[in-house]
Amino acid sequence: MKRIFEKFIESLLTLSGATTGIIILLIVIFLFREGAGFFRHSEIESGYVLCVNEENPVYRLTPKQIKEIFDYEIDNWSLVGGNDEEITPFRISDISDYYSDEELGENNEFLPEKLGEIIAATPGMVAFIPEQYAADTNERVRQLITEKLNPADFFGGDTWMPTATPAPQFGLLPLLLGTLWVGLCAILIALPLGLGVAIYLGELADEKIRNLLKPTIELLAGIPSVVYGFFGLVVVVPFIQKTFDLPVGETAFAGSLILAIMALPTIITVAEDAIRNTPQAMREASLGLGANHWQTIYRVVVPYSISGISAAVVLGIGRAVGETMAVLMVTGNAAVIPHSLFEPVRTIPATVAAELGEAPHGGAHYGALFVLGCILFLITVVISVTAEVISKKQPQA
Amino acid sequence: MKQLFFIAAILISGLVAVQAQKIKGSDTCLPLSQKEAEDYMNANPSATVTVTGGGSGVGISALIEGTTDIAQSSRKIKFEEKQKIKDAGNVLKEVVVAYDALAIVVNPDNQVTKLTREQLEGIFTGKITNWKEVGGADLKIVPYSRETSSGTYEFFKESVLKNKNYKSGIMSMPATGAIVQSVGQTKGAIGYIGLAYLSKDVKAIHVSYDKGKTFTAPSVKSAKDGSYPIVRELYYYYITKKEKQVRPFIDYVLSTKGQKTVSEIGFIPN
Repeated sequence: MKRIFEKFIESLLTLSGATTGIIILLIVIFLFREGAGFFRHSEIESGYVLCVNEENPVYRLTPKQIKEIFDYEIDNWSLVGGNDEEITPFRISDISDYYSDEELGENNEFLPEKLGEIIAATPGMVAFIPEQYAADTNERVRQLITEKLNPADFFGGDTWMPTATPAPQFGLLPLLLGTLWVGLCAILIALPLGLGVAIYLGELADEKIRNLLKPTIELLAGIPSVVYGFFGLVVVVPFIQKTFDLPVGETAFAGSLILAIMALPTIITVAEDAIRNTPQAMREASLGLGANHWQTIYRVVVPYSISGISAAVVLGIGRAVGETMAVLMVTGNAAVIPHSLFEPVRTIPATVAAELGEAPHGGAHYGALFVLGCILFLITVVISVTAEVISKKQPQA
Repeated sequence: MKQLFFIAAILISGLVAVQAQKIKGSDTCLPLSQKEAEDYMNANPSATVTVTGGGSGVGISALIEGTTDIAQSSRKIKFEEKQKIKDAGNVLKEVVVAYDALAIVVNPDNQVTKLTREQLEGIFTGKITNWKEVGGADLKIVPYSRETSSGTYEFFKESVLKNKNYKSGIMSMPATGAIVQSVGQTKGAIGYIGLAYLSKDVKAIHVSYDKGKTFTAPSVKSAKDGSYPIVRELYYYYITKKEKQVRPFIDYVLSTKGQKTVSEIGFIPN
């Protein structure tokens, strides 16, 4: 009877292990499947086409050119390989400037015809119109060629404007560099502080202080990240703005500071464990040879626990790179490639959190956010594997 | 027994469907619809009104699919959305339940008090970068925007920027409250917020849409009489097939009592 019970418990434990594994696998598969859909979307908003006059020699515009044309930044066809002619961008809502509602018919039945007339009459026009109307326009109207979203544009692009019409701009670089930049700076701030606290706790502090300090630090890890965000927005941001006399306080530096505080518990806990794992015999040997306490720490204890300390650093970076809410609130979320610490940046997790809610399900924007998720996942996998490899490395005694 | 239960369930849900209605859509309209629904249900205990958010686009696509009875929207229905309803053989009805004015705000220390639409467009598209270009101090302009997903972002883009894109790398804040906070503590800041969010931490700018002839400050009064230009309608959309079911509630919202709630929430009554 007892044996059966034990067997049952054993199989239950195996099952829960297997379930966890399968769930993780499913999440990863889901993430990458949704992300892969992104590159099947067209460069311009789905359901729409761009039409030009038949006499226009331009056959194709890149997404960037389309955006600049509709922002009136490119105003002549010669700048995009056409004739020397002024560009007239046209959106379907502009139709009311040309025809009244009566002329278009009660159910817009004359709309395609009228659209055709407008485009045929204006040689420099590029019209952004629904696909269903483009089919019945006249033969003097030609559709521009549009291609599928290009991975090179995505991975090398420097503009992130996912809701721009007609051509959304999906450029990864500002987001990726913003994420790494903030994460890296956070760790540069957190490392000296964290290491200092770890050494103090592991080597210098007496038992009483240690028993008080360690749970307090671990409590830091339990504070919800929105609270860190609030603190950052109301305290850190104005402080940075005043101290450095900046036009804006929401900067990469504010994000790094908050992330550094958030990464501290991870770094301190892991590094302190590593330091305390140094065999007592090694310390005593060092002291026995006449080295003082300080010499023992930096010649024996730190070198011995260096793999554990490195693992702490890598895990801290992982924590910083994946953090969402606090960063969303303090970095200003401007999608620009960072040049200094005192500029707003936008990180990958903040972008996904802010935009996924309203991105049309299954659309290009939705897919792009999943690709961002995949990239974030790959970054953290690399970080975790590195931490694992480093901490497995046996110290040379 | 099971069958009986099943039939009863169908009957009950059928009964409920007559009196119940679902409202879905814009988060801007959410507090208003919730309050109206609450008051309406207190007055008519037999009625059930369920209100959910999700965004204007979500509400309208639910209306197209028939999963909601009323779509609340902070923007006018789009051309292609209207077309989809027409294609399904339905007739759309549009009701303006309230108005919402967008105030342009700057830091209280800023000397600039008025801007034209063209200047605002220049500022938010990145052509104008220093306050001295629009009559202020020699100070960098820091424009704050909402996140791309918000209906306010879209409305501002249509009305003020004339559909041009915001400058690349504009600061985007996750909520209106965050814009008030940031504009209040940043000297060169400028942002846009709903009229209800105006406070002493920020200063509202007088705006001109006629190239500088008349400048108007945002207020409930100026928005109501049409002299303040940046005003958007808040809509309820429904299809005429469900007229009988939804009309009593909409009539309640448009009644004097319902419109009083509109002012209490911070919007401008009809």
